[in-house]
Amino acid sequence: MINTKYFVKGFLSIKGVGSPAIALGASFIAIGALLKNVGFTIQESIFSTFLTYALPGSLVMAESMLIGASLINIFIAVWLVNARLYPMTVSLMPLLMHESQPRWKYYLSCHFIAVSSWLIMKDNYTVIKKKNRIDFWIGIGTATWFVAITSTIIGYVASEYLNKDILIGLAIINPIYFTCMMVGAMKTVQISLSVVLGAILGPMFYFLSSEWSILFGGFVAGTIAYFIGEFNDR
Amino acid sequence: MTGSVLITILVTSFATYLSRFLGVLSAEKIKETSKIFRWFNCLAYSTLAALIARIVIFPSGTLSEVDYLVRLIVVILSIIVFYLTRKNIVYPTLFSAIILALFSSYI
Repeated sequence: MINTKYFVKGFLSIKGVGSPAIALGASFIAIGALLKNVGFTIQESIFSTFLTYALPGSLVMAESMLIGASLINIFIAVWLVNARLYPMTVSLMPLLMHESQPRWKYYLSCHFIAVSSWLIMKDNYTVIKKKNRIDFWIGIGTATWFVAITSTIIGYVASEYLNKDILIGLAIINPIYFTCMMVGAMKTVQISLSVVLGAILGPMFYFLSSEWSILFGGFVAGTIAYFIGEFNDR
Repeated sequence: MTGSVLITILVTSFATYLSRFLGVLSAEKIKETSKIFRWFNCLAYSTLAALIARIVIFPSGTLSEVDYLVRLIVVILSIIVFYLTRKNIVYPTLFSAIILALFSSYI
């Protein structure tokens, strides 16, 4: 059903110099501590990471609960902050699709799409034959998911010992990891422009609408980068 | 588990899975060599960059207690460390955490 060789290969990609384990761990430790402060039980915290497994979404959920937002408002806020998963999925899945593979694998394993797993897959897919990519991906996804759940537990249990300074240190790790991975991915005109323009336009659109800034900024930046890149290639 | 927390978790995870699910649904009709794929690739990277830039410039929670100039300097220094260590991801992340934790405990 799942080719063990490629699954293990994917799973082991959390080791090594490109490893997302530290960044993922740090941010989910912070989430674990945050969920405890919001009043979650340890089971609820585990359940939350298990089912959502997307950091900004869990953050928005916790913040919304603190201010007592309604379920509809939580749904909209989470959907908006996690809607980036749509273009991420569309730009990943065609690379993994193969007619010999059953479709349930794709619909189930899309749960593993989060920034860190996505960046590793984007970095490594060319070295795996197309037929085996989905099993490799399920390996990456399982490993990063496992790190996230374990770290949530650690953060929950250790929350009393995490003072403000440590939490600030933990909070910067994830953006730094993503920034370095993105800078490392800037190999073509299109991707370089997408990253640079996105980083400029995203915060600029924040002044117009804080909720929509990521989507609007990302859409405009990505579209400009696409056309400049296409024009440049001709 | 209390009911309202459980429902909130379910709503959050549904709102998150929705984008992933619709993504696979759309991806079934998109070839990796097509123009639309390249466009979505740009959108994915630009949206991610927008998200990360927002976290650094307009953070919520603990990071907002650090001055934005300090955050920006730490990001730039970390990118330099990333290149100096031949794109090793572990050093810049640890470096940034230690610098920021020390900075915040002394000031």
